Amino acid sequence: MLEIEIDGKKAQVPDGSTVMDAAQQLGVYIPHFCYHKKLSIAANCRMCLVQVEKAPKPLPACATPVTNGMKVFTHSDLAVKAQKGVMEFLLINHPLDCPICDQGGECQLQDMSVGYGPMQSRYTEEKHVVFHKDVGPLISMQEMSRCIHCTRCVRFGQEVAGIMELGMANRNMHSEIMTFVGRSVDSELSGNMIDLCPVGALTSKPFRYTARSWELQRRKSVSPHDSVGANLVVQVKHDNVMRVLPRENEAVNECWISDKERFSYQALNSDARLTKPMVKQGGEWREVEWNVALDYVAHGLKDIVRDHGGDAVAALAAQHATVEELFLLGKLMKGMGSGNIDFRTRQSDFGTDFKRAGAPWLGMRLAEIKDLDAALVVGSFLRKDHPLIAQRLRQAAKKWTKVSLLSVAGDDQLIKLYGSLTVAPSQLALALAAVVRAAAEAKGVAVPAGLENAAVCDESRKIAASLLEGEKRAIFLGNVATQCADATQLHALANQLGAITGATVGFLGESGNTVGAHLAWALPSQANARQMFAQPRRGYVLYGVEPELDCANPQPVMAALKQAAMVVVMSPFKSPAALEYADAILPVAPFTETSGTFVNIEGRVQSFNGVVKPRGETRPGWKVLRVLGNVLNLDGFAYTSSEQVRDEVLGAGVEFAAALDNGLNGVTIALPGAAASGLQRIADVPIHFADPLARRAPALAQTADGVAPTLRAAAATLAAIGVESGASVRVRQGHGETVLVARLDDKVPAGCVRVAAAHPTTAMLGEMFGDITVERA
Amino acid sequence: MAMLGAINPVLMAGLNGDDSWRLKDYVARGGYEQLKRILQTGMTQEDVIGEVKKSVLRGRGGAGFPTGLKWSFMPRSFPGDKYVVCNTDEGEPGTFKDRDIMRYNPHAVIEGMIIAGFAMGANRGYNYVHGEIWEIYKRFEEALDEARAAGLLGQNILGTQFGFELFAHHGYGAYICGEETALLESIEGKKGQPRFKPPFPASFGLYGRPTTINNTETFASIPFILKMGGEEFLNLGKPNNGGTKLFSVSGHVNRPGNYEIPLGTPFSTLLEMCGGMRGGRKLKAVIPGGSSAPVMPADVIMDCTMDYDSISKGGSMLGSGAVIVMDETVCMVKALERLSFFYHEESCGQCTPCREGTAWMYKVVHRIENGQGKPEDLDLLNSVLGNIAGRTICALGDAAAFPVQSFLKHFGSEFEYHIEHKTCLVPKDVQWAGSGFHKIPA
Amino acid sequence: MFSADTLQKFAREVAKYPAEQKQSAVMACLAHAQEEKGWLPPEAIEAVADYLGMPPIAAYEVASFYNMYDLKPVGKYKITVCTNLPCALSGGYHAGEYLQQKLGVGYGETTADGKFTLKEGECMGACGDAPVFIVNNRSMCSHMHPEQIDKLLEECK
Repeated sequence: MLEIEIDGKKAQVPDGSTVMDAAQQLGVYIPHFCYHKKLSIAANCRMCLVQVEKAPKPLPACATPVTNGMKVFTHSDLAVKAQKGVMEFLLINHPLDCPICDQGGECQLQDMSVGYGPMQSRYTEEKHVVFHKDVGPLISMQEMSRCIHCTRCVRFGQEVAGIMELGMANRNMHSEIMTFVGRSVDSELSGNMIDLCPVGALTSKPFRYTARSWELQRRKSVSPHDSVGANLVVQVKHDNVMRVLPRENEAVNECWISDKERFSYQALNSDARLTKPMVKQGGEWREVEWNVALDYVAHGLKDIVRDHGGDAVAALAAQHATVEELFLLGKLMKGMGSGNIDFRTRQSDFGTDFKRAGAPWLGMRLAEIKDLDAALVVGSFLRKDHPLIAQRLRQAAKKWTKVSLLSVAGDDQLIKLYGSLTVAPSQLALALAAVVRAAAEAKGVAVPAGLENAAVCDESRKIAASLLEGEKRAIFLGNVATQCADATQLHALANQLGAITGATVGFLGESGNTVGAHLAWALPSQANARQMFAQPRRGYVLYGVEPELDCANPQPVMAALKQAAMVVVMSPFKSPAALEYADAILPVAPFTETSGTFVNIEGRVQSFNGVVKPRGETRPGWKVLRVLGNVLNLDGFAYTSSEQVRDEVLGAGVEFAAALDNGLNGVTIALPGAAASGLQRIADVPIHFADPLARRAPALAQTADGVAPTLRAAAATLAAIGVESGASVRVRQGHGETVLVARLDDKVPAGCVRVAAAHPTTAMLGEMFGDITVERA
Repeated sequence: MAMLGAINPVLMAGLNGDDSWRLKDYVARGGYEQLKRILQTGMTQEDVIGEVKKSVLRGRGGAGFPTGLKWSFMPRSFPGDKYVVCNTDEGEPGTFKDRDIMRYNPHAVIEGMIIAGFAMGANRGYNYVHGEIWEIYKRFEEALDEARAAGLLGQNILGTQFGFELFAHHGYGAYICGEETALLESIEGKKGQPRFKPPFPASFGLYGRPTTINNTETFASIPFILKMGGEEFLNLGKPNNGGTKLFSVSGHVNRPGNYEIPLGTPFSTLLEMCGGMRGGRKLKAVIPGGSSAPVMPADVIMDCTMDYDSISKGGSMLGSGAVIVMDETVCMVKALERLSFFYHEESCGQCTPCREGTAWMYKVVHRIENGQGKPEDLDLLNSVLGNIAGRTICALGDAAAFPVQSFLKHFGSEFEYHIEHKTCLVPKDVQWAGSGFHKIPA
Repeated sequence: MFSADTLQKFAREVAKYPAEQKQSAVMACLAHAQEEKGWLPPEAIEAVADYLGMPPIAAYEVASFYNMYDLKPVGKYKITVCTNLPCALSGGYHAGEYLQQKLGVGYGETTADGKFTLKEGECMGACGDAPVFIVNNRSMCSHMHPEQIDKLLEECK
């Protein structure tokens, strides 16, 4: 520990601290622009110059290491003169266009110029003008003359996003921030650069000119978009969501959110919103009052149950529905005598049902990722499925963590990978089995039964060895591992690997409330998400889910919905597909218009309130379900608040949920045989199509991640099909077919083609990880 | 010819122009004998550093930091890669000595770097060569090939356990890369933007490894210091200012060029060696250490000897030993305008005071030169340079501020005259008269 | 994108640096790329970046930072004149003016026939030989008095 005195206040700080660290510990404010606690030290803005005893010159607080007994003066004449000098320099070429600047009112330069700027400029020369840049649909770089060259955006790309897309070109006063020859910024974390920009150089394109910062009310919320449950500040004006920003929570999202979380709000204000209950009568859709709609729904369901029994109805819910909604939906189904409820819409292997020891979860806290010595991620489009977990692993890998990836696509995760294996989905279990066997051999313990034939290679040995070294290690199962046909085997193998190596086993989780959905027991006692459509039911309740896009195989689902006597859709949106298959559509609130709870992947219980009034006749889902329960004369629907529901499910005042356990009982290892001879599909869920909100945000649709799917395959596969990259191909699965453009992608494993799911252009196809036929179109 | 003149030359002794740079010539002059002696007689790292310390060789790049002391900062026993880097990015206006050392005596630089590598436990070296001297860079690459072929570079040098790899890195036009941390960034394949110090290169240098950076002339002096002994080298000069030094004399002398003279030689002697003032005109001012050094009026410099201490006492810096001589026909406003443009142009753009301030200073001086000056401009310039100096990441801010400060201090009346009369104090008919084409007398 | 000869030069430069520090060769590779192409079109910069496994914008930062890279096409002969103070004291301005007059173009301009581009340069480290030019970044011309300038232009076929 070192002793330091700043402006007469004494503090003890750890070795290696900077003066800025010490000042923040003491609560002394030192003006700064380029310094950011999450970025490397640049010391280029010079705003944080302070006086240090015995130093002849003022020193930058951000870069000056504390020495024992150091005395620092942040407000001495020397310091203030230096700070004012820098401020003058920063302003001479700045356009001072605050009245028309989007950053106005929340601009660090504006704020500090009040404190440190001169009343009048001594600069009478011509101001330097910097040309605007177009970097895509999310970030506006329209007024680059405002840039003060702090390079926070550049460092963010290099250090946090893991990809340098912005750079500072040229030199001297002609330095300017730009992309390479006008390309777009494509990182899935790019929006954070807007937050980092201390001036109005990088602003939000979708938000631009829609509101002034002082008109906005700031409300807390939680992101439903992925399993991290990023904490949000939702900014609203006149009951419209105008903007979404990260709410700093070091334990959860640090100070970042993904672009999906930042810009999905566009969907909330879109014309696609359903604002009044609708029922189909005589083939015609009619808007009706809530009581009419609920009577209609209740009667329909009741009639089916009366005539055909409870098993004739089934419910499918989204994983981003709240704990309260999922619980009440389950209770409703149970009340009607149905055990057919599920939320695992993309899952195809349900072999762990009734064998899991608890709700699948990360196996650790998110903040513990940084302490890992090694991590193996199995079956994941990591960066796109879990942008913030990938970010944590990226930072960890830069220090000492050996991060390995065993997956079905060689996409660049922008993480320094220690080991990497890319195999066909059908081979994923075999590849993991090889790691298990290698670990057993390396440790000198018996190779578990069933793994005798697993073929160990150098890479699997290397990965296994990494999991045997160090204190803290983890195996994470990603979305592919959950969704593919061998999910049970992968889970069991991961547990074996964990048992042998001592590594923690965890799931990355598909959506914002995956853990909560397990805990709310929105799980089948009878037909699961696949069975409830394979054996068609007469009545369906679809809660927040869009089955044509959200299911592992939409074909049987759509067929079942078509034949059903009654399909009830509860959703914030009026989708053309739902208008086809539904009989009643009830407008339930998105996360911004209801109170509720998400349990994130580490088990953290995060409750939130609605931030705006429900749009039109929209009602919070938990209230709709409660009323529906009452209309159906079911017991136990007398809740008066969502908190009451939550406390019943999770217990009152719980920070972390109980009953999280990745253990399995009674699963035996039975490795899959040789790969099928035909082509296999690998389906990712594109980041900006993963949920109903994201897929309705126009700005996200215009990004590089928003382009329509192509068919991607390695050169040999394309040659076998008889096409070249760029040609059109006819793609068939089951009774569905479509025409896609073929693209060369040598990272796609042999015998596989990559065709994304969750997109209208591929929604008619079948299994995400199933057989597929491709021919020249 | 290598030298236009010399007194007791060391580095450039025995050279006869373009024919004497090859390995065989250097060996004939006693080259690589010191490396052999060190490796074959069991000299220790401390022995070598001790000899360099005794010589009081001060860094020849401009800062004048004692070389032996710098070498002793290197964590010699630190495991892993360590680097020795030579700074031949000679871009300081007025300086052209390293080019001649590299042109006529490249093996002295190579031997000096190998010895430095030995002394500091470094296994790899780079010589960063100024972008504009491609031909010299190519010659140095040839010299390296010769040394490699002769077993003087690479593994097991001269059959010993000691190994040292040396490569040349070619710059491509950026003055700032003469700043040692910008130079390291540049070798790493980045923009030449200086790093904030601490950490210093000795602990966090090239690729984050311990690194020592010295100037070309510094390295070239090492074999000679070991040959004659540190003390004798020191005695060539004067106390605290050891050895001879190359002075690059440019401007209004009859014979501009490089002169190797002992430190402590009177400026008047150097001026005489240069054939005196061109056209017999009167000396007006001298910038004694490259354009970043404060300008000295004629009467002050005429009383100085050419060494670190004397020039410092006279209010300037010996710097790189680049002596820019200006006669009475020079308009000091125009001279400063050109220098201010240079610093503005060469600012790396990284930190605020330098990026913004150098451009501002240039614009104001440019205005004054062009008859648009305002009475308050001189105070403004002094204030702006005060806000740059000592506030920047590297010394370029100071380097840009010092000329402005010293020109205003010593020749302020010329600036005032410009502002008031919208024209130059030096009469139109003689203005810049000494600055035309000039043939060096044989 | 590049000739075998240029690629060989790339490889030679990369070999100078530790295996994990390929980016160190970016300046040299860009210089060789420019030598082959005459200037540095974005595709060449990107190809160099790909060759070295670095982001294209990082290579562009380098190409735009150092003066001797040409990000726009230049004439067959690019003549850079040093006009910095030490040179200016010994005919640097005069040489530049003479050259401008002879070629009929100003600094930063290219002759109509595409043969010559004239540039104003900063200190080349040869102040004793003023006036000095550099032709095509490679060959330095010293003591460029009018007769030498005439001779140089004559030699530039």
